[in-house]
Amino acid sequence: MLDYLCAFVIGGGICVIGQLLISLTRLTPARILVIFVTAGVFLTALGLYEPLVEFAGAGATVPLTGFGYSLATGAMEGAMENGVIGAFTGGITATAGGVSAAILFGYINALIFTPKAKK
Amino acid sequence: MKNPQTAQQKQYQQRVNEKMPRSNVLSQCLRAFVSGGIICCIGQAVRAWGQGPLGLSEENLAAFTAMVMVFLGATLTGLGVYDKIGTWAGAGSIVPITGFANSVVSPAMEFKREGFVMGVGAKLFSIAGPVLVYGISASILVGLVTCLLK
Repeated sequence: MLDYLCAFVIGGGICVIGQLLISLTRLTPARILVIFVTAGVFLTALGLYEPLVEFAGAGATVPLTGFGYSLATGAMEGAMENGVIGAFTGGITATAGGVSAAILFGYINALIFTPKAKK
Repeated sequence: MKNPQTAQQKQYQQRVNEKMPRSNVLSQCLRAFVSGGIICCIGQAVRAWGQGPLGLSEENLAAFTAMVMVFLGATLTGLGVYDKIGTWAGAGSIVPITGFANSVVSPAMEFKREGFVMGVGAKLFSIAGPVLVYGISASILVGLVTCLLK
C-alpha cells in the first residue's frame, strides 16, 4: 500500500509542476511535454532521477519525465556496453515498447473513432 | 512579425483580459495533483500485475507498463472520455504518458479527412514528433558524454 502512496504523491507532485508551468507561463501542452521529456533525460544523466524512481516506482516512471528517464538510462547503458553505437541505439531500444504502442494504438484509434462534436 | 495594433484592437484586448475568468491556480494544482496521482497509481497497479501474475523481468516491466498505459490513454481518447477527464484534470492528464498517447490520437483523429497518409499518418506525430526529436537527441547526447567519461 505504501508503494501506491509514494506513487500518488510523487506522480501528483510532478503533475503540479506541469500545471504551474501552464497556469503561470501559458506554455502550450506540446511545450510542456517536450520540456518534461528533456528534463527527465538530463536529470537522469545527473543521477538525480534514479532515486525518485526507486522511491516512487510508477509515480516517477509514468509521467513523461519517466520517458526521459528510460531514454537516458538506455543510452547510458548502451554507451557503456557498445560505445558510440550504443549511445545512439540505447535510448530508442529502451523505449521501443512505449513508442511502438503509441504508434499502433494511436493509428487504430484514429481509424476507428471520429472526434466527438464539441459544444 | 507582429502587426501594430490599432486602438480598437487594444481596446478589445483589454476587454478580453478583463472578461477572461481568473482561473484559480491553487484549485488547478490540486486537481492536477489528484488526477496525476491517480493515473500514477493505475500505473503502479499495472506494474504490480506485470511483476506478480505475469512474472516479467525488470527491463520488460518498464516497457509493459508504458505499453498498457499508452493503450489506455489512446483508447480513452478515441472513446472521447480522456478529453472530458482533461478539462477537469488539466496538467494531471497531460504530463503522464497517457497524455502522450492522447496527443498522438487527437490530432490524427481530427485530420482524418485529409487522408490516411498526410492526415492520419502525419498528424499522429504533430505533438509526439517534437517530443521524440528532443527526447532522443538529448539521450544520444547523454550517451556520447558517457562514452567520453567512461
